[in-house]
Amino acid sequence: MLLEYLAIAVLIVLATVVALIAIGLGGLFGPKKKTVNKSMPYESGMMPIGPGTRRMPVRYYLIGVLFILFDIEVVFFLPWAIVFRQLGWFGLIEMVVFVAILLVGYVYAWKKGALEWE
Amino acid sequence: MSPELILFLVLSLVAIAAAIGMLISPNPVYSALFLVINFSTVAVFYLILGAPFIAMAQITIYAGAIMVLFLFVIMLLGAEKLAPGKVLPYQKPLAIGLAIVLMVESVYAVLARNPSDAEIIVPTEAANSIDAMRDLGIMLFSDYLLPFEVTSILLLVAMIGAIVLTKRAKGEQE
Repeated sequence: MLLEYLAIAVLIVLATVVALIAIGLGGLFGPKKKTVNKSMPYESGMMPIGPGTRRMPVRYYLIGVLFILFDIEVVFFLPWAIVFRQLGWFGLIEMVVFVAILLVGYVYAWKKGALEWE
Repeated sequence: MSPELILFLVLSLVAIAAAIGMLISPNPVYSALFLVINFSTVAVFYLILGAPFIAMAQITIYAGAIMVLFLFVIMLLGAEKLAPGKVLPYQKPLAIGLAIVLMVESVYAVLARNPSDAEIIVPTEAANSIDAMRDLGIMLFSDYLLPFEVTSILLLVAMIGAIVLTKRAKGEQE
């Protein structure tokens, strides 16, 4: 009964293998001449500032929380989409109410500037 | 042995190894990444048990969103640089005691199960198909309509709470 998920397993294995090949070939055939500049951590071409593990601003946390909440919202859409035709108008109104309540939060976040990166 | 049993045995080893790695890893960021492996294997367990929707939710919400939040919080607090070994004196005996209680309870729950009236429910072919999700959808949007709608209030409260706690008023200094 798990055979219907075989495609997902094949995808995971293929993605891993392709990534390993890409790294492996580079490591195998690429010349390795280490210089000070090459050994620096890569920060999009900028000179690295401070240690790599410095504390993150709290804004990332806010973005993370908003991401989780809308993620949970999306998960509810899946069973709803499957039975959408059976539920008819009633189901549509239910989901409109659900989304409308969450939209209040979205508008609040927007108005508060929570989506802006100061 | 059926392929499902082999898959289960291999993945349970991976899950246990990831859980132990999470516990003993000195760096909380690595612990969080071990937890991602653990969540992913548990998602496959849900698939084996015939619950594709739970498996999907496990990946998108737990292994995805919640772990992102965990990692942000770890890096936000700078927890990965905390000096090791700073534990409360009674922490170790308390942890061992609670672990023993949990183990005893689990073993008791397995042994005390009356085999005649509590047969293990084996998922059927139908339970693993789209029908199961259809049943779930019908239940959720008819019998459990109120809890579903209340969930949106809960999400709204969480959203507003996070914004109020973290957002500075305009013009306020860092």
